[in-house]
Amino acid sequence: MPTTTIAGHAVEVNDEGFLTHPDQWSDDLGSELARLIGIELTDDHWKLVHFLRDDFAHLGETATLRRVSTQTGTPIKSLFDLFPGKPAKKMAYVAGLPKPKGCV
Amino acid sequence: MTTATTQTDQTAQSAPFVPVFDSPESQGRKLAIICSKGNLDMAYPGLILANAALGEGVETHLFFTFWGFDMINKKTSGDLKFTMLGNTATHLPQGLGGIPGMTHLATSQMKKAIADLDVPEVPEFLDQIVGSGGHLWACRMSADMQHLTEDDLRDDVEGIISASDFIELTEGAQLLFI
Repeated sequence: MPTTTIAGHAVEVNDEGFLTHPDQWSDDLGSELARLIGIELTDDHWKLVHFLRDDFAHLGETATLRRVSTQTGTPIKSLFDLFPGKPAKKMAYVAGLPKPKGCV
Repeated sequence: MTTATTQTDQTAQSAPFVPVFDSPESQGRKLAIICSKGNLDMAYPGLILANAALGEGVETHLFFTFWGFDMINKKTSGDLKFTMLGNTATHLPQGLGGIPGMTHLATSQMKKAIADLDVPEVPEFLDQIVGSGGHLWACRMSADMQHLTEDDLRDDVEGIISASDFIELTEGAQLLFI
């Protein structure tokens, strides 16, 4: 498993660059992961990132875009505005979680 | 362990390894999905694929034609049905499908199975697709055949257009016919 250094922390990542150990994540690291993919985290971003972290801690899998939208009451369009292009994957990356597996 | 340590040493000095979300090769990718069926079970493949494509940043257009109009007709969109008749994949005697009430039962069961996966019903799924930036188009000939106008369709259908118009606006797109 490759290791990379982000914001001074050595973290293990998979072959795409996603963190493989969610427990190596912290808010500081999340900010840096976001910066690396061109996103400056606002309170709106953090609300979603923290939801993803909590949801993963309970269910053991990353929430899909639909789940994030329905559970946090955030319109899908806002998710695309906050994490442009590939919101589900970008959110998961920033939250230090695997890509979501669900289809919808 | 030795290998991991070596990699740490190597990568620690270089730039962080970050996923590539917006590779130049994937820019400008377009997908066109032609939805021609009005059965509940045949509505979902197009919706799921459109939703997946949008989530991957792919510009997505859905063209509704013939029975596919039922997916965007305000009167029928939430009331699509699944029937066992003519569908051997249920692996039940075909005669059963003709019993009164059987289509209703099969439809309820399929809707429940879909809802259990937290997958939305057709109208809500189309809301999600439009919210994700997807484009909905209706077929001119189907509208004329069924005597329907834009007033009968979801408000977010961008237009009733001819087949040629659709071909023109999806130039360079990958295409799925369902």
